[in-house]
Amino acid sequence: MEDGPSLRSRIREGDCAVLKRDDVFKAVPVLRRRKIIFEKQWFYLDNAIGHVYGTTFEVTSGGNLQPKQEVEETNTETKEAGTDNRNIVDDGKSQKLTHDDIKALKDKGIKGQEIVQQLIENSTTFRDKTEFAQDKYIKKKKKKYEALITIVKPSTRILSTMYYAREPGKINHLRYDTLAQMLTLGNVRAGNKMIVMETCAGLVLGAVMERMGGYGSIIQMYPGGGPVRAATSCFGFPKGFFDNLHEFPLSKVDSLLSGTFSTETLPSEPEDNALADEESNGLTDEKQTSLQGTEEESTTEAAMEINQTEEQETMDINAEDVELKESKEKENKENVREKQRKQWERRKKLLETAALLREKNADGLIVASKFHPTPLLLALLEFVAPSRPFVVYCQYKEPLLECYTKLRERGGVINLKLSETWLRNYQVLPDRSHPKLTMSGGGGYLLSGITVVLDKGKSDSTNLEALKMEEPSSKRCKVQDLHC
Amino acid sequence: MSFVEYGDTIKNGDTAIVFLGHESMFPVKVQHGNVTQTKYGVIRHSTDLIGKKYGSKVTCSKGGWVFILHPTPELWTMNLPHRTQILYSTDISIITMMLELKPGSIVCESGTGSGSLSHALIRTVAPTGHLYTVEFHQQRAEKAREEFREHGVEHLVTVTNQDVCKNGFGVSNIADAVFLDIPSPWEAIGHAKSALKAEGGRICSFSPCIEQVQRTCLAMEEYGFTELNTLEILLRVYNVRTISLQIPDLGKAAEDNSSTGFDSSNPSNQGSPCANLQQGAVQFKSGVPLREMVGHTGYLTFATKSLF
Repeated sequence: MEDGPSLRSRIREGDCAVLKRDDVFKAVPVLRRRKIIFEKQWFYLDNAIGHVYGTTFEVTSGGNLQPKQEVEETNTETKEAGTDNRNIVDDGKSQKLTHDDIKALKDKGIKGQEIVQQLIENSTTFRDKTEFAQDKYIKKKKKKYEALITIVKPSTRILSTMYYAREPGKINHLRYDTLAQMLTLGNVRAGNKMIVMETCAGLVLGAVMERMGGYGSIIQMYPGGGPVRAATSCFGFPKGFFDNLHEFPLSKVDSLLSGTFSTETLPSEPEDNALADEESNGLTDEKQTSLQGTEEESTTEAAMEINQTEEQETMDINAEDVELKESKEKENKENVREKQRKQWERRKKLLETAALLREKNADGLIVASKFHPTPLLLALLEFVAPSRPFVVYCQYKEPLLECYTKLRERGGVINLKLSETWLRNYQVLPDRSHPKLTMSGGGGYLLSGITVVLDKGKSDSTNLEALKMEEPSSKRCKVQDLHC
Repeated sequence: MSFVEYGDTIKNGDTAIVFLGHESMFPVKVQHGNVTQTKYGVIRHSTDLIGKKYGSKVTCSKGGWVFILHPTPELWTMNLPHRTQILYSTDISIITMMLELKPGSIVCESGTGSGSLSHALIRTVAPTGHLYTVEFHQQRAEKAREEFREHGVEHLVTVTNQDVCKNGFGVSNIADAVFLDIPSPWEAIGHAKSALKAEGGRICSFSPCIEQVQRTCLAMEEYGFTELNTLEILLRVYNVRTISLQIPDLGKAAEDNSSTGFDSSNPSNQGSPCANLQQGAVQFKSGVPLREMVGHTGYLTFATKSLF
């Protein structure tokens, strides 16, 4: 098994892959003859198929990808360098190549590496720059002219970084280090029975699924007509991971808790239609985000699909040409039956999920949504077993302050903690190490805690005691001292 | 109980966490006939703990009570006996995510230290992964082995007592990730590279000083690691408090110009400030940062072993 890269680590058609250029990521499906646009360049992924994940490619003319050869470090032969910039004047004339010259070079299809070399040779001030400044200059030019793209395997690390950079609005500005905290504080691991309520495009769900590795079960609570899993699909999880992924509509939580939940009231015709609609919406949504391509691309795919189905249909019609009318009636009947079957299946699944929730023994609760966290927590904590962690994310601190207070009033929770993490990136280079110039201003807040057996009989006294525990530690110490 | 699987009830031999309130807790080994002293009185294991549900409130002899919690790597980190400086959950979270750990991952770690990170790593890679941890201090290595046995995770971890800088991790080409928390990580980068799978993997090094980071980064580049990224993560904890600020007396007539009535019995009003005219104060809820916080634990340097 361990002889070289396993099959799993090779890029295959139909995979979900992530393109990487410097620190920019983009998730794409690997499909043949599909134009991909990434960082102002277009290319096809055909040549990448069969290569190992982590391979770096160069974009060549015609949009082909060529695996990058070993770096043959072209040591900038001119090892001359200045010591300071006292004589460097910004006259705008230091680069002897004009815009048109550079464009001509590019149009000729000359390699980026050579263009950079030309720029250096034609820069009058390059030799006077300090060694560090030369380094910086080369790096900057390389970034612009050397188009290197690495294809990597999706992971929570990559996708959460990608989403935070590209579409923070879709994930409620949940920064990746905050997501990392949630997974740890929630003790997410194989074998758990987790409840997840998120409106982060399915990113949090995907992160939980990755950490559970297909072991245990997840119940996703969803608002509206169906769960959004656009980001989840980017992970490229094996089918087996979805066997124990359940979903339950948020709008039925109240009836489930009050004991009035029944399937009779559930998928009545209009709702069923709504569900079906949402499902198809979800699908298209999924495609769009996972492709994240231009409109042109998605339309071509849609067109392809339409062609296929049309072909099938015409074939069917040809075959049953004679008994067209009869077959049509049959088809209608079959359609109705199919619909009923689907409806029945959906109802069955819903019942199963309701039963799972009713056991009230979940191993944790993860909430990261655009909704006010308090009502979600107060309701969903009912389904969690005692001595289990829960984590709630909110982009803003204030709703969590209220949530904290309400949870204290409710009781049944201990070790409540409101926190935030700061993330600072560093540039580490010989004699040039320092924190990066910019850092993220905010990545959201977390409220976490542990459930305990809720003492229903004397909830009043528990409240008092719970509140007492919240008092400043100095006061409590004194009380303890008196006790001893 | 086990550190990698939840159980409902407390059993003989379990490690449980006794929670006294407000970050005050300690671990206890549950054993028939044993007793544990707390400031609220005695807990008798046979009658007070064994057979009870995790998360139950247990009344102690003096009438006070505590909660008994199921162990998790995070609770263990807060309560373990220190044999060395340890990594806390904030750093552990970002390490776990950036190393892309999940069930089935093979991880190498050095040093084992007090086993704070080890427990978290084992939790994440279980049930099919494995942790190879190397500790050059013999006593610490043995103590770690003993703890892993007690915590029901010994099948998921191999503790090796050797010097990682000289002898490496004792495995080659099998790891998905390597973690280094040693004084001179640059001396172990070569061993880390050979421990990682041929097809690549992730590495992380934790160092308190920037000079260490500098040398480590140079070594990583020399050995062909790519995607070098150094970061620092800081945890800010907020206390939730009701704050009351007095209204200054500007000599205005005592006419009520603020229409909001103050209702002290209704705490749901927090967030929106309420004026208390009798006392001349405004109350609001606030998340107040702690007076002091951890300003630095260590720099985390991540990198990828790529194909070339």
